[in-house]
Amino acid sequence: MKRFAVLLERLAFTPARNAKLRLLTHYLEATPDPDRGWALAAMTGDLDLRRVTPGLLRTLAGERVDEQLFALSYDFVGDLAETIALIWPGQGGLPNAEPSLSQAVALLQGTGKAQLPAAIAAMLDRLHPSERLAFLKLATGNLRVGLSARMARMALAQMGVPTVPEIEEIWHGLTPPYQPLFDWIGGGARPESAALAPFRPVMLSTPTDIEELRALDPARYLAEWKWDGIRVQAVSDRGQRRLYSRTGEDISGAFPDVIAAMEFDGAVDGELVVRREGGVAPFGDLQKRLNRKTVGRALLSSHPAGLRLYDVLIWQGEDLRDRPLTARRQVLEAAEFPGGRIDLSPLLPFDDWDALAALRADPPEAVIEGVMIKLRDAPYVSGRPRGPWFKWKRDPMVVDAVLMYAQRGHGKRSGFHSDFTFGLWDGEALVPVGKAYFGFTDAELRELDRFVRANTVERFGPVRSLAPKLVVEVAFEGLNRSTRHRSGVAMRFPRISRIRWDKPAAEADRLAALEALL
Amino acid sequence: MRAETILFPTEAGLYCPSGGFHIDPVRPVARALITHAHSDHARAGHQAVLATRETLDIMAIRMGEDFAAETQEATGPLTIGDVTVEFFPAGHILGSAQIRVTPKAGPRIVVSGDYSRAPNPTCTPFQPVDCEVFVTEATFGLPVFHFPDPMEEMQRLLASMAEFPERPHLVSAYSLGKAQHLIALLRAAGHDAPIAIHGAMQRICDYYAARGIALGTLIPATADEVPAQLVLAPPGAVDTPWAQRFRDPVQAYASGWMAVRARARQRATELPLVISDHVDWGQLTGTLTELAPSEVWITHGAEDGVMRWCELQGMPARPLRLVGYEDEAE
Repeated sequence: MKRFAVLLERLAFTPARNAKLRLLTHYLEATPDPDRGWALAAMTGDLDLRRVTPGLLRTLAGERVDEQLFALSYDFVGDLAETIALIWPGQGGLPNAEPSLSQAVALLQGTGKAQLPAAIAAMLDRLHPSERLAFLKLATGNLRVGLSARMARMALAQMGVPTVPEIEEIWHGLTPPYQPLFDWIGGGARPESAALAPFRPVMLSTPTDIEELRALDPARYLAEWKWDGIRVQAVSDRGQRRLYSRTGEDISGAFPDVIAAMEFDGAVDGELVVRREGGVAPFGDLQKRLNRKTVGRALLSSHPAGLRLYDVLIWQGEDLRDRPLTARRQVLEAAEFPGGRIDLSPLLPFDDWDALAALRADPPEAVIEGVMIKLRDAPYVSGRPRGPWFKWKRDPMVVDAVLMYAQRGHGKRSGFHSDFTFGLWDGEALVPVGKAYFGFTDAELRELDRFVRANTVERFGPVRSLAPKLVVEVAFEGLNRSTRHRSGVAMRFPRISRIRWDKPAAEADRLAALEALL
Repeated sequence: MRAETILFPTEAGLYCPSGGFHIDPVRPVARALITHAHSDHARAGHQAVLATRETLDIMAIRMGEDFAAETQEATGPLTIGDVTVEFFPAGHILGSAQIRVTPKAGPRIVVSGDYSRAPNPTCTPFQPVDCEVFVTEATFGLPVFHFPDPMEEMQRLLASMAEFPERPHLVSAYSLGKAQHLIALLRAAGHDAPIAIHGAMQRICDYYAARGIALGTLIPATADEVPAQLVLAPPGAVDTPWAQRFRDPVQAYASGWMAVRARARQRATELPLVISDHVDWGQLTGTLTELAPSEVWITHGAEDGVMRWCELQGMPARPLRLVGYEDEAE
């Protein structure tokens, strides 16, 4: 339990992805089975445990600690589980006899409701203070360490022979604590997973521009619209249906409407979109359907999801990945997808790059964010090879905004203010409309940092409030209505495209100009 | 005499009319008795200052030799006016003292200043002193504060340095007391490599070394390339351009406040280290139990928590509500 507690603590305070990865890899290497498997499952959210309610924890604390002292402490600490972890009397059981993570998991899996309070109190008594928080976070299902399943698999791949794609292929057939997986990593046999409908690593594109394209023969390429949805892989395998994000996260639970429409046997590649009136709804509509475990009836009918396919990996038991794109496309075109939720992304007719440029400049739907250009002869290969697939995005939208707040960055930008909040004028006031972390060069970062230090008006912890002086041109890929942002709009992929040292702040854009882009 | 007439709070700080002195006054006074050299307790501009040798020396280093018109080193009992005062070690930082005020007739009052009961290789341990009134701080006066063994915290820091050998570890620590405490702990934990220190710590570290406290090899963190993986700096320095010379540092912060996550987050630290020079809840309440004074006065910090504890114990207590002392700098 101790090692798990130390890891959680480090992960909670470590912002950088690579550092997180290293901490995780070291933990997995140093921790025996089955603890490491349970830890992995707990951190990626794949562990179903009995959920301990805040009410139960409060009652337990009330039996041990004066109510008034507890209230003062909770008020100071601000987090119930942490307050209890810190305030729980005693220094744990005997050293070297502390409970393991497996024992904690067993308690939370196997204890009946009536016995649970006493079991939790007994566990807290046995745990060292530093481990109580980890246990309580586990018990309340609230680890929040920012660890995706993808990162977990990257850490596993660093430990042994199997690569990330190899691990991804079998991942969904495994259950915690993943003993066969660790055996494989340790040099044993590959687990012959009984899991149907596995995820296959996807093929990704690289950005391009007209200069690069001019050197290529247009006759060798196909082109399609680039849809502003999310990339998915839909797999239907002898009755088992799954919908995966492009990183292999299983998102089936949030899309029962799509799952129901997957009347085929195979693995297809396409864009997940919300369909409306025959067209594709803006990304904001799709966002309402994302990051859910389940979805209600109202949302299913107001935001119906569907697939727009552009490739196929497996069809009726046959692996097509080695075949050229044109052959795979023929398979897709011959298939039938009844019900209207699934269709094909149409091919764009073009004779030369200028013709394609003209199409790209004037797409028929607002949710198209550019064109995809794919080599006709290319097989389907995982990863991001340069050459077979290009994305040629529409030019971004831009606004001139005023820098409002700055925060110190991390990693190689540590010591520099690199996280910026910017705003637009609404009447006489600036309204924050977004945050940007990149888009500037290292030299510009140094200049921005100097500006921040010289123009700080107020500080709130690590955040500096700035005098409204500096205008930056912010480029972004799209705009959605948002109730979470004070301005009522949220930008996609905002970045600072130019620093307008020359432009007076009063001449920055108004909020109305941004709203007009919606 | 009643305790409240021997010593009571004024705008300038705790005042003893029978002796004509203030203890740790926050504005210039005629005669000041100073418990320790932290800047919220030890200020410049008093006429006369009575303090331990170390406190006087450190005040001179930080504020200049002329920080007071007249200074006197506290050694043994000393009669001032109608009271006797005596200094005893407080275990907080080098030179830190509790001050006992004994009237000709009436209760003896111990003003403990800031104090700690945890072993600290850089200063003399806290000495329990008989008294009727004990004046305590309450910086960490809530039962959530239980400080771990500092050596465990050092092991976490050293483990991080081993885990990220290519990254400098930039530890924020208060320049006086905490920094030297941390260095001594690191040496005790077996870290023998040179430790780089921010310029603001140099003279205090030199003074500690001159007083016989072994800090090992310290190098200035002033060049563009600092040849040490471990760098100590005062808390504000990580937010200045000075910190830009370190590439991708692990930012650590050594303070008792790091025991609470929300406080650690406010500091944007990556490695919170719970190292304190104050008493935690167990040590504070343990000290009150041990001394068993007839009355407890609480100077600054989380008075409500300590008040409630005293109430539960049936120990008379009252808050002094002194202003001007920072508990943030810990």
